Parts: sequence; structure tokens; C-alpha cells
Amino acid sequence: MKEFQYTINDENGIHARPAGILVKEIKGFESSFTVWKGDKSCDMKKLMKLMGMGIKKGDTITVKVEGPDEEAAAEAAQKAFESNF
Amino acid sequence: MQVGTGKSILNGIAIGKLKLYHAPKYEISEAEIEDIESETARFEQAIQKAIDQQNVLYEKALETAGEDSAAIFEVHGMMLEDEDLQDAVRDIISGQKKTAEYAVREAFDEQAEVFAQMDDAYMKERSADVRDIKQAVLDVLFGVDPDSMQGSEPAILVAEDLAPSETVRLDKSLLLGMITREGSSNSHTAILARSMNLPAIIQCKEIDDSWEGHLGIIDGYHSKVYVDPDEKLLAELTAKMQEDEKKRLLLQELKGQENVTKDGTKIKIYANIGGPSDLGMVQENDAGGVGLFRSEFVYLNSKDYPSEEAQFAAYRQAVETLAPKQVVIRTCDIGADKMVEYMDLGDEDNPALGFRAIRIGLSRKDFFKTQLRALLRASAFGNLAIMFPMIISKWELEEAKKLLEECREELVKEGVAVGEYQVGIMIETPAAVLCADELAQICDFFSIGTNDLTQYTLAIDRQNAKLEPFLDTHHPAVLKAIQMTVEAGHRHGIWVGICGELGADMTLTETFLRMGVDELSVNPKSILPIRKVVRELDLGSGS
Repeated sequence: MKEFQYTINDENGIHARPAGILVKEIKGFESSFTVWKGDKSCDMKKLMKLMGMGIKKGDTITVKVEGPDEEAAAEAAQKAFESNF
Repeated sequence: MQVGTGKSILNGIAIGKLKLYHAPKYEISEAEIEDIESETARFEQAIQKAIDQQNVLYEKALETAGEDSAAIFEVHGMMLEDEDLQDAVRDIISGQKKTAEYAVREAFDEQAEVFAQMDDAYMKERSADVRDIKQAVLDVLFGVDPDSMQGSEPAILVAEDLAPSETVRLDKSLLLGMITREGSSNSHTAILARSMNLPAIIQCKEIDDSWEGHLGIIDGYHSKVYVDPDEKLLAELTAKMQEDEKKRLLLQELKGQENVTKDGTKIKIYANIGGPSDLGMVQENDAGGVGLFRSEFVYLNSKDYPSEEAQFAAYRQAVETLAPKQVVIRTCDIGADKMVEYMDLGDEDNPALGFRAIRIGLSRKDFFKTQLRALLRASAFGNLAIMFPMIISKWELEEAKKLLEECREELVKEGVAVGEYQVGIMIETPAAVLCADELAQICDFFSIGTNDLTQYTLAIDRQNAKLEPFLDTHHPAVLKAIQMTVEAGHRHGIWVGICGELGADMTLTETFLRMGVDELSVNPKSILPIRKVVRELDLGSGS
């Protein structure tokens, strides 16, 4: 399992459009993605769930990636966060 | 004749046939179904078609309204692709044996409710998006063609409310005006009306199906709607509409033109604004920039000291929206007639001559630095100028600049981007006029605040009605003070503007041009009329 943390910089937090882009970018991976904020978590491949987390600017989230292609998947997810949030 | 009332979005008159814009009412059956497989197949087809439609709308909006407006449809497409949402629909069809229409309504409404319950204003709004895409799927299932709802002749549209997808679909060439029962000043209807300069009335409760096809008038000046108007009213408002159109065309011709006199003398005409909500007016009236952004609103609209983040967001919005045009933001001018409770400034016998503006900033440095940091951060996003009010001595300006430099160094150390910016002062006291030579050497510009300068030069309280006979707004002492300031500024190579009410006084425009004033900052509505005056002047033939 791969794991990384990220602190949201974007003024609007995880809002609709970048969240959609993020989901698109990780969908192709076989690995599963779980995003954690405090004790709440959701499947990061699910747009509505991700938006429903209400992640705001300044929140630090933890992303866990697990599966056969987790190495590349975690790297792609981290990049997507850096360029979108 | 019937009369309706509501909230007007813009001053203007529209006359034309009323066209009711609403989807045909359809009934959603709650009965049990037999064939789960074919019902699921109907849903699969419908959702795919709805996704395709969002992509078409995205392309259309991209062409006509730009990337920012189009993005919403891309998001709608992505939301429709959400697996959980689709699974919820499939589960209702198979588990409860309901129709595709019923399942879509239930599943989408539930998702909309999830967003509506969130404590984040941005996410709350997303519930409207979910309802919009629900409608898109239901339209496909019921075989409704949304493009046919508008009719084929020019008309005033009458609707409950307009969703973003509807405002994009509308054929704008057939749109004379809009009347809706719902909507707020920030609804999509209002945004469309403003961007197209169309009269619109929202929150009109009298809307009725019987209006279809009747002659209607929107009177945006009085927030009224007339159905089957009598002849006298029709004639009156038709004349008013034609007069507006003439004025509009005249001013429209001035947009994009230079502020230059016949002999080639140029002047900048900027706008005075009170907050980010005025930015639309700045653009509509073709201002060269903002010459006075009063930052008081961040203090007056707040119950406690406004945070650096809140201030930064407001300043950044203004600077970024108008870039590369210059935006002059005046630092906190609280005190005298603008008081806020949480600052606890205390009572004074003579507040106009008291603890206000820069005097508060230099006494409460931490408070002041919060604003300076927010301003410096905003400077990275456009062309910012920072202006200090009520300066009377050189040391005050030096001290304010020192604080600004401290903030800049802190930010650089923290790794926060800071851009280029000018630093200037308001000239609004006789002391500043008399010290203008000294002050001009250590700043980039002067902006003359004629309201306070008049009050302090003539020793007349501008709020006191009894003093009106003594108040000469064109008093030679005030005009002399303006001239001295311009000359001092130019001696040291800095620009000098006027941001008080006199700047918009068109009987003085020629005088100011002759003095060599570089910039007039006025309320946005005065910009084009002053441009007209400037373009008709010929300074060469005068003196």
C-alpha cells in the first residue's frame, strides 16, 4: 500500500471541476484509492462522494492507494492534487 | 390590463409578446413495473444521451461565453457519469420495481439534498446543478425537446426560473426580456440579463399561464410588468424605450474611444468603487482602471476585525479581474463619519479632526499590517497601487512605507509571491497641499480627495445644511490648492489625479485639463459622459 498526505491550497477546497478532473485521471488505474479527512473517508474514484466530503482550504488529507499498480497510481494521484488543488 | 411587481435587474424597458417558457408538465408514475431489464435499458440510453447533451452545451458555451461559463457543463457531464448516482437509480428500478423516471427523480433528489445540507455555501449551490442534470435526464426519458420551448419569434420570456443549461440553450436573438417567479440577483437569469443588457424582472409572483401570447411591457425603472397595457401607457413607455436606445447608442459609440481633446490633450478616466460587487460597472462603462477602491467595506460589513484571508480574497478579485488595468486601493479610512463598533474608537468632540484613517493605522500597527499583507499578496495578481489617506506630514508617509516594507519582507521570507505596485497618497488636507513638494519625492502618485480638501480648506462641515449658503464647491482656494498639488507632483515627475466628487463635475473638466491633471476617478456612470465632454473640448483655441 502507498500513502501520502496533502494540504489543500485552493481557495474553494475540493470543488466540482478539479474533483472531476482528478477522478478522470485516476479511474484508469486498477488500484483502489481511499481519501481520509480526520476519521471520514471515501472512495476517491467516486465524484459525488468526494465532493460530499466538504474538503476545504487548509485541510490535510491522507490518500491510501492499494493494488497491483499502486506505485504509478499514487504518483499520478499526487501529481493531480498538486496541479489542481 | 394586469400589473405585476418584482425585483428589477436593470433599468430599461422591453415591449413584446409574452412567451411562457416551461417544460410540459409530466406525471411520473409510481406504479410497479414488470420488465426490469427494459426499464434499466431505457435509463442507460437516457443517461448516455444526457451526457452527450452536456458535452454539446459545453462546446456551445465555450464558443459563445468562454471557458469560465462553459466549465459548468463539463462538471454536469462528470456528475452524470458518477457511478454511485447511476447505481442508485439502477437499484431503485430493480429493487423497488419502479419506472426509470421515478428512479431518476428519487436518486437525484437524494443527492441534491446531500449537497443542500452541507455547511459550505459553494457546495450548497451544487444541489441546483444536481436538479438541473436530473431535469436533463427526465427530458430525454419523456422525449421533450428543450430547444422547441422558446418559440420562433422575438418575445419576452416568462418562466419559473432559468437553469444554467436553459440560459445557454436560449436563442439570444429572439430574447427581448425575461420575467421569472423565482431567482435572486445572482441567479443565472440575472447574470444573463446583465451580460446582455436585457430588462428583466425576477421574483414576480403574479406570473400566470394566461399571459401566453399577450402583449407585455417590462418597466425596469419601476420594477413593474404590464400585461395588455392601455394605449396611453404603451405610447409613454415606447417613447421612453426609444429615448433609452438613442442614449445607449450614443454612449456605446464612446466605448473603446480615447479620452482625448481635439487638440490632442489626454486624460485618464478611472472609476471609484466601494467593493468587488462594483467591478461589473467598471467594465461596462469602459473605465481605464480604478482610481479609488474604498476598502472600508471590508470593515463596515464585518462584525469583527476582518481576517487577512477575507481581505486578500476581495483585493485579489478586483486586481485580477481588471488586470492589466491599474487598481488603486485606499487603505482603511475608518473614523469620522464611518464608525465600526468592534474597533472601539471612542467618542470624540470633533471626529472630523480626530482619530481616523492613517492615524489609526499608524497607532494600531498590527491591525494595519493585516491589511498591508493582504494588499501585497494581491499585488501578485495584477496592477495594484496602494494609497494612504489623510496624510499631513512626511514622517507619516515614511512610517507607513516602512510598515509596508516590513510586511513585504515577511511575505518574501514566508515564500509568498508579491508583485510590483505603486505607492501613493490622498491629498485631502491643506497641510498636504503645502507640503506637496516634500511628499512627492517619496511616493509614486497623488490623488486629490476634493470632499475633505474642501471641508478642511473652507472650515465647513459638509454634513451641516445650515452652512450651505457659505459652501462654494468651486471656491478659488480649493481650485488653487488643486493647481498647487498638480504643479508640485509634476515638478517631481509623479502623476496627479482627482478622486473626489469634483472630478465628476463636468463644468470643471476643462479647468482640470488645463491644469494638467493626469487622471479623474469618478463614479462608473459618469465615465462615458465625461469622455464625451473631453472629446468635444479644444484647449488650443481657448487661452
